[in-house]
Amino acid sequence: MGKADDVTVLLLMVILLGLSAWAFHSGRRQALVLSNGRARTLHSLPEYYGFYLALCCATPALGGFVVWAVFEQQIIEWFTIAAISPGVRLDDPAKLDLLLNDIRNLANGNIISRAVDPDLQAAADYYLGLRDLSFVALAAGMLALSGAGVVLGWVNLKPAFRARAWVEHFVHFVMIGCSVIAVLTTFGIVMSLLFESLRFFQMVSPIEFFFGLEWSPQTALRDDQVASSGRFGAVPLFAGTLLISLIAMCIAAPVGLMAAIYMAEYAPVRLRAVAKPMLEILAGIPTVVYGFFAALTVAPLFREWGAAGGFLISSESALAAGIVMGIMIIPFVSSLSDDVITAVPHSLRDGSFGLGATKSETIRKVVIPAALPGIVGGLLLAMSRAIGETMIVVMAAGLAANLTANPFQAVTTVTVQIVTLLIGDQEFDSAKTLAAFALGLLLFCTTLVLNVIALYVVNKYRERYD
Amino acid sequence: MMTAETKTTNEAHMDEDGGLTDDTVVSMNLPHLTFRTRNVEVFYGETQALFGIDLDIFRNQVTALIGPSGCGKSTYLRCLNRMNDTIDGCCVTGIIELDGDDVYDKALDPVHLRARVGMVFQKANPFPKSIYDNTAYGPRLHGLADSKADLDDVVEGSLTKAGLWDEVKDRLDAPGTGLSGGQQQRLCIARAIAVEPDVILMDEPCSALDPIATARIEELMDELRENYTIVIVTHSMQQAARVSQRTAFFHLGNLVESGDTEQIFTKPSDQRTQDYITGRFG
Amino acid sequence: MTDRSTKSAKVAASLRRRHAAERRFRLYGMGAVAFALACLGLLFFTVVSKGYTAFQQTYVKLPIYFDAGDIDPKNSGDPKVWAKANYQGMAKKSLRGLFPDVKKRRDKRALYKLASSGAAYELRAIVRENPDLVGTTTDVWVTADDDVDMFIKGYIRGDVAENERRISNKEMAWIEALVADGRLEKRFNTTFFSAGDSREPELAGVWGAAAGSFFTLLVTLALAFPIGVAAAIYLEEFAPKNKLTQVIEININNLAAVPSIVFGLLGLAVFLNFIGMPRSAPLVGGVVLALMTLPTIIIAGRAAIKSVPPSIREAALGLGASRSQVVFHHVLPLAMPGVLTGTIIGMAQALGETAPLLMIGMVAFIVDIPGGFTDPATVLPVQIYLWADSPERAFVERTSAAIMVLLGFLIMMNLTAVWLRKKFERRW
Repeated sequence: MGKADDVTVLLLMVILLGLSAWAFHSGRRQALVLSNGRARTLHSLPEYYGFYLALCCATPALGGFVVWAVFEQQIIEWFTIAAISPGVRLDDPAKLDLLLNDIRNLANGNIISRAVDPDLQAAADYYLGLRDLSFVALAAGMLALSGAGVVLGWVNLKPAFRARAWVEHFVHFVMIGCSVIAVLTTFGIVMSLLFESLRFFQMVSPIEFFFGLEWSPQTALRDDQVASSGRFGAVPLFAGTLLISLIAMCIAAPVGLMAAIYMAEYAPVRLRAVAKPMLEILAGIPTVVYGFFAALTVAPLFREWGAAGGFLISSESALAAGIVMGIMIIPFVSSLSDDVITAVPHSLRDGSFGLGATKSETIRKVVIPAALPGIVGGLLLAMSRAIGETMIVVMAAGLAANLTANPFQAVTTVTVQIVTLLIGDQEFDSAKTLAAFALGLLLFCTTLVLNVIALYVVNKYRERYD
Repeated sequence: MMTAETKTTNEAHMDEDGGLTDDTVVSMNLPHLTFRTRNVEVFYGETQALFGIDLDIFRNQVTALIGPSGCGKSTYLRCLNRMNDTIDGCCVTGIIELDGDDVYDKALDPVHLRARVGMVFQKANPFPKSIYDNTAYGPRLHGLADSKADLDDVVEGSLTKAGLWDEVKDRLDAPGTGLSGGQQQRLCIARAIAVEPDVILMDEPCSALDPIATARIEELMDELRENYTIVIVTHSMQQAARVSQRTAFFHLGNLVESGDTEQIFTKPSDQRTQDYITGRFG
Repeated sequence: MTDRSTKSAKVAASLRRRHAAERRFRLYGMGAVAFALACLGLLFFTVVSKGYTAFQQTYVKLPIYFDAGDIDPKNSGDPKVWAKANYQGMAKKSLRGLFPDVKKRRDKRALYKLASSGAAYELRAIVRENPDLVGTTTDVWVTADDDVDMFIKGYIRGDVAENERRISNKEMAWIEALVADGRLEKRFNTTFFSAGDSREPELAGVWGAAAGSFFTLLVTLALAFPIGVAAAIYLEEFAPKNKLTQVIEININNLAAVPSIVFGLLGLAVFLNFIGMPRSAPLVGGVVLALMTLPTIIIAGRAAIKSVPPSIREAALGLGASRSQVVFHHVLPLAMPGVLTGTIIGMAQALGETAPLLMIGMVAFIVDIPGGFTDPATVLPVQIYLWADSPERAFVERTSAAIMVLLGFLIMMNLTAVWLRKKFERRW
């Protein structure tokens, strides 16, 4: 799409808005006319009749626009492919994709990857022609739909017509639609991940993926290369993700929990008022900043310390990435723990004090056990966050898959591989890029399971305090 | 009639503060003094909650503190085991002595104090642990039991004294929060007893219980009286009359009158006491 | 009953140990808070200390002869012709003039490198704005090369062995001569705030990324706010307690915890490949971020709506308002501050997001400043990521400076949210 297209769409929208405003005005006036000047005979306020007519005008047209927007690209491409002269058409989907890309780019005036021949130029011109046609069709369609809507709506304008109810129902409907978008999003995520993963598993066996120990994703670049030279065993990725996440939790869990305990039980009010927001700041810092910090400060520092101590710490060590990730997760653990600790009723603490316990004994033996389900749930959620984290590991962890438990070595994670596989020019259908979707599906399922378990643990074991 | 001789004899029996000396108490077979509080005042920030309380608590007796809501009974009770320390901004002045030791003395550890003075609260607050662990919590904390067998004995003894043993002896691992309201309160009493305190403070222990459970606990108090000193705050005058030997009437942060229960309820000296008992207010 | 004194002794014996444990425990707690805050301080210190130098850039003053014969041979006065002149040559000639002793080809090449490769464009712009300079020799300030900049700022140290640094001894001598002559100066780095990305650090700026972030967030706001508020109203006020509502609520809570990169995959598969939206455009980025921010706004919105007391609703209903009128005329206006606070916080989170935008292609090298929603663009965090990968020394300080800019925006947004909350918060 180019700037001219933007302007066209904007223009259409403005026209639609104008038409709707006119419809509103007319509807309201008509309602007053029909009531012979006695507004009380109308079922609803005149505005609602106006709104009704405006909605009749705008909604069908907007619906048409959405349909157009979603399918326009596919339809044009379909027609373009069908119209290409046989000499140029190819059956290989990857080559076809490239061809389409070139046609698109040529039509938009961008550089293309091959020399321009008359057939290609013809195809590009045809493409452009189709684009213009589609815009005309859009404009005509929208006008027709809004016109039809106004006419149909006009028929319904009577004093007894329950305009307000109608409008409110419409608004309800829209609100339900908005609420359902969350479901649609989940559906979209699952469907797209599944779809692409299934295509991947047609190229690479699931056994190799889930149990293979070697990860070096490559695909054939030229026809004469051996296609299956890539290894897609994801176990090193799982190991790397787990290693870094565990290191992160080793930092975040004790620090976060103790910080929460201190701020909830010991800290004077003023200290808590200052320290709590500052911990929240830690949570608000973008992860790319943490990644920068890890790559440019922490990792080189560790490498120097290692060199001074006589052992080799990689400049992309799991330790550096894990520790910085742990720092990022501290506020997560601390704020969730703080909430559950504060929720433990004071009467339990009183009971413990009354028996002669010190404050730390009360916390360790009564408060924490009472808050434990919530704390465990919080830790699981934090673990889920660590597993799904991307930028810190992309910038500070390695790219080469390495199956090891040594935190001083460089490992790679699932999220790093997803990024690496999909950045840069790619043909969309190669095993390489589809592997990223398979990894994404795995990631989604893992975090989902962790979240569900966290919720279950919290709900099942939570003490109900009256 | 006071003769000079009687006066001297009287002086011989008094100490500086106007109370009786220990020897006098022993020789006269008077009840032993456990808590001696003089001029106790409590401030919550700027607000004063207690005004100059002078009260004695005697050993192996049930002392009831009565009075309308908000008159300071619970505040006074919480002074006795320094539970007011856990409230921010609370300031306690005056003399509070347990068996002659100043409770607020720097050398006296509140932790140690609370091992001598136990507390049962208005709403039963068993820990979310097993019945066994609830009862064993105190002894474990202070290292009172030398072995597991010892601890088992302590638990059994406490639950028996609290009148709960027969009901729970075969489900000691069940969570304490799963018991009925009355049983939970008896568990809390067992928990307090397990530490072998000298005094048990009870802050309206039956207010959340039905009459049958209440009767059970009042029976218990009478049994416990043999071995422990009990101070109970109650807003039920009938309960005070039933269970206590001494009663103190509080009103608006002041101790109006204290003395033998029978005397307070039949021939009170103060008009306010009379009004409260006959139901004119409160 | 055990002897009182035995018990007392036992208790006393345990006391010291227990109080020591208490002190240790308290210390651990303080230590944990101190550690977390120290990390925060270290992070800020690292960023600021590495980045504050980027706000200054070294410029070199060159005496340029604006040869009329070169710029406008036919005396046309046409700016298009002027734009095609060999400004690079003019800069080179000027440098040769300053250091006439430099003879060898290799040395000359090194000499030319003292000025940035962008100097030519700067000269062109100067001529366009000041046509009367044509035919004169004037001293002009142009951007110095990033190696010179690094040397002046002290990042390249002269006391290191020559083969281990990027500035040779000869170049050092030239630089020092220029400094002595008053021809080398550090000034405020306006390029950083007005230029887009560039291969050369001295010409790179964050304006392109900032504009991209702006457009992207605009799309995010335009989508997520109305949809989020509508959904929050529906779920809180109108939704019946049935299975469908439960499913919706579970989904919303789930989406809030899905890793951000999965949203990027969704954007790639559905919006880019199926619907065919333009790659690396703020439009797609905005839609993806809107889906991510939606749960935040819905949850905050529901909390705000829930906090409006039922008495207000009942009063309105009692006067004959319909459910919808109660909500839109009474509840929503009262809940608005809370909703807006949640929205601002959601937008702040969206501003810092990187991973999903990498997936939809915003990782390309974009030089032009985006002008609309469908122009290829990048966003500030992605720019930071790209620069962090670059090998040039000068990019380190620029990356840190860009981080400072990003953090500055975030702090402003969060402070606004806090101010909003404090000002309009009602205690019912």
